[in-house]
Amino acid sequence: MKRILALVGLAAVPLAVLGVFFVLPVSGMLAEGFWVDGRFDPAAVAEVLTRPRTLRVIWFTAWSALAGTTVAVLLGVPAAHLLHRRRFRGRGVLRALLLVPFVLPTVVVGVAFRELIGEAGPLGFLGFDGSAGAIIAGLAFFNVAVVIRAVGAAWESLDPRPAEAAAALGAGPAHVFRTVTLPALRPAIVSAASVVFLFCATAFGVVLTLGGLRYSSVETEIYLLTTNLLDLQAAAALSIVQLLAITALLFVTSRLRAVADPSLARTTARPPRVSRGDWPSLLATLLVIVLVGLPIAALVVGSLQVGDGWGLGNYRALTTVGSRDALLVPATDALVTSLRTAVDATWMSLSLGLLVAVIVTRRSHTRAERRVRGLVDGLFMLPLGVSAVTLGFGFLITLDEPPLDLRDSLLLVPIAQALVALPLVVRTLAPALGGVDDRQRQAAASLGAGPLRTFVTVDLPIMWKPLLAAAGFAFAVSLGEFGATSFLARDETPTMPIVIFHLIGHPGAMNYGMALAASVVLAATTAVVMLAVERLRVPSLGAF
Amino acid sequence: MLTLDDVSVAYDGVPAVVDASLRLEDGHVLAVLGPSGSGKSTLLRAIAGLEPVASGRISWDGSDLDGVPTHKRGFALMFQDGQLFGHLTVARNVGYALRLRRTPNAAARVRELLALVGLEGYGDRLPATLSGGERQRVALARSLAVQPRLLLLDEPLSALDAGLRERLANDLRDILREAGTTALMVTHDQEEAFTVADRLAVMRGGRIVQQGDIAAVWRAPADAATALFLGYARVLEGAAGGVLLRAAGLAGADAAVAVRRSALVVADSGPLSGTVLSARVTPEQIRLVVVVDGIGELDAVARLDTHPATGDQVSMVVDASRLAVTPTRH
Repeated sequence: MKRILALVGLAAVPLAVLGVFFVLPVSGMLAEGFWVDGRFDPAAVAEVLTRPRTLRVIWFTAWSALAGTTVAVLLGVPAAHLLHRRRFRGRGVLRALLLVPFVLPTVVVGVAFRELIGEAGPLGFLGFDGSAGAIIAGLAFFNVAVVIRAVGAAWESLDPRPAEAAAALGAGPAHVFRTVTLPALRPAIVSAASVVFLFCATAFGVVLTLGGLRYSSVETEIYLLTTNLLDLQAAAALSIVQLLAITALLFVTSRLRAVADPSLARTTARPPRVSRGDWPSLLATLLVIVLVGLPIAALVVGSLQVGDGWGLGNYRALTTVGSRDALLVPATDALVTSLRTAVDATWMSLSLGLLVAVIVTRRSHTRAERRVRGLVDGLFMLPLGVSAVTLGFGFLITLDEPPLDLRDSLLLVPIAQALVALPLVVRTLAPALGGVDDRQRQAAASLGAGPLRTFVTVDLPIMWKPLLAAAGFAFAVSLGEFGATSFLARDETPTMPIVIFHLIGHPGAMNYGMALAASVVLAATTAVVMLAVERLRVPSLGAF
Repeated sequence: MLTLDDVSVAYDGVPAVVDASLRLEDGHVLAVLGPSGSGKSTLLRAIAGLEPVASGRISWDGSDLDGVPTHKRGFALMFQDGQLFGHLTVARNVGYALRLRRTPNAAARVRELLALVGLEGYGDRLPATLSGGERQRVALARSLAVQPRLLLLDEPLSALDAGLRERLANDLRDILREAGTTALMVTHDQEEAFTVADRLAVMRGGRIVQQGDIAAVWRAPADAATALFLGYARVLEGAAGGVLLRAAGLAGADAAVAVRRSALVVADSGPLSGTVLSARVTPEQIRLVVVVDGIGELDAVARLDTHPATGDQVSMVVDASRLAVTPTRH
């Protein structure tokens, strides 16, 4: 009992933050839908769910997410084999580069894909623009990195001896893979696939920029309903559907995660060189490089085109407000705002995430304690599943009166972004903390070290890399965050993704050119952060 | 002095230690001996303050330790696998607690401790470069650095291979004696307990079934199961026990008797006779299984120059020092 009280005490700060800045806004947003003119009226919400358009949106979300997941897994698993189980020159660089798409701002990816497959683009003749295929390609673009990381980490630590034993018993490579390797990898694959499905089903920026008017997912539909149509009931109804579906999915993923713990029993055998038998992995990796590389190349090339010639005009224009005053402030100001906001969001989500990670990884003495810890773990994964749009709009309508009048606070945007990044931070820190042998801490304590000193001696030497990596992760997520920020950023202090979105919405070749240049700048900033993080070689990074 | 009064520990309501009472005087080494799952490690963790006590009292020199956190108890804990801090050198591992207390002349004390455990000159190495036995020596030096009120040893030698274990057990005893350390060691190995400790507590099913001076416990196991766990080969009950006792020249009442494997020795003439069931040659003697008249199947030994074969009739004498009369449980 005493231990549970201590646990709750430790959890008080993160729980309070989650309560005020997540539960309150989200439930405020949901209440907005259920209470019409001060009267509880669930019938209207139920009516929304039977509209043909709603059903179409839900159906599209489900199948596009499934398709995106399938593509990401089919390409990611063989690529993980090549990148984590084979040795070749430039492997480290390639691994790092393929991690970048995951944290690229969604708006940037949308712009890049349009530049590639739009009417004037190099692949424009395919007529891909505005099709469901483009959206699925975009979803796969983002998430193939997740699959490669998660499956690769598990594959790397797989004991090679059972496969060797099977080979010694006469099984061919394909047979060995099917009967020995695949079953061992299945937990990692299934877990990665469910997380990717989650990301695909809640993708916002990609669908908004690529879907045009024809395709809408639950997430973008919530956005359209709240901002354009002001139909809050419908938005609330969709939010509830999303919340329930995602909670169920999160529950399943956490169950799957409990099966195989990649942090335990790692072996690091020296991988062999690439051989002719590896052609399926080679082919898949090549496809991944094309999928990831082409849009980015198109983006960079497009940003360097000025009129009919080449030049840096678009980049120079970033110090202006665009043609016909498309922006209120120059894009360079927005970049400064973005960086400042990201610093704030990073320290917030890092301190919260560290507390949560400590809480969920400490050994439980009783079943009740274990349950409390599991509950906390699940609770802080929720921001992963709630529409960032819902969160952003909820902030607006619930945090606007005393004692919580934060609408004009400069911290509002960083707080929202910190919450969006929180699950990633926790998932990076928790496996590393959980991998520490608890007896190390006990040994330190028995030698007279207090809790703080124990942390410094035992945890910190193991944790500083994951902490830095999580910081980089949070920073990158904050730089690219669009859904919540689009509601919360004030007009005179927009962040880069908002500026890019404004620019592509305004007519004029100069504005479009600026959007491309701004995208390249933002992508480059994020990429630099992620490449620095990848140098730290943290195994749990991005591996769920 | 460490005192445990009716201490119980439970995991999730499942009792792991039940009503354990112990007394450990300063300067003594107590071995808690028990099969795996007997609750001995849990008892050790409770003493270290790592497991909450469900009921009962753990005290040191009369003051209750309830609520005193591990790092304030002044009990050093040494694990089966050392748990050295991998990023610190041997010297920094050993000097860890000294630095915590800002002890002057820590470097000299570290050298002294390394010499005590036979690892002079190892100060600058990292734990990963040491062998298993060396690592345990470093862990021991680290635990002894601040002269703990009590040293808790959790199966300190069982991760090592047999030859090394025997040598290190002797070293451990000498080091503990020399440092005058009060220690409590948990182990499942009777030889290890016998080598290192002078007091013994036997645990089974979460309860302490017997405790006392190590030789006394060995001589008189509390019951049949304890006798078998302490290395006695068989326990004879009823009339068979009486026959054996009389053959050994002891008081004649029928009782349960625990018999070591070498209690019966083949001789030219003796009070017992029987038929050899099997014979196996070992480097020191021949080990026999004999059907003894009036008793039944028993182990016996013969000198290497005798050649008893299966089916032979043999006479045997009884070595009374290898018997123990145990109270029968009815």
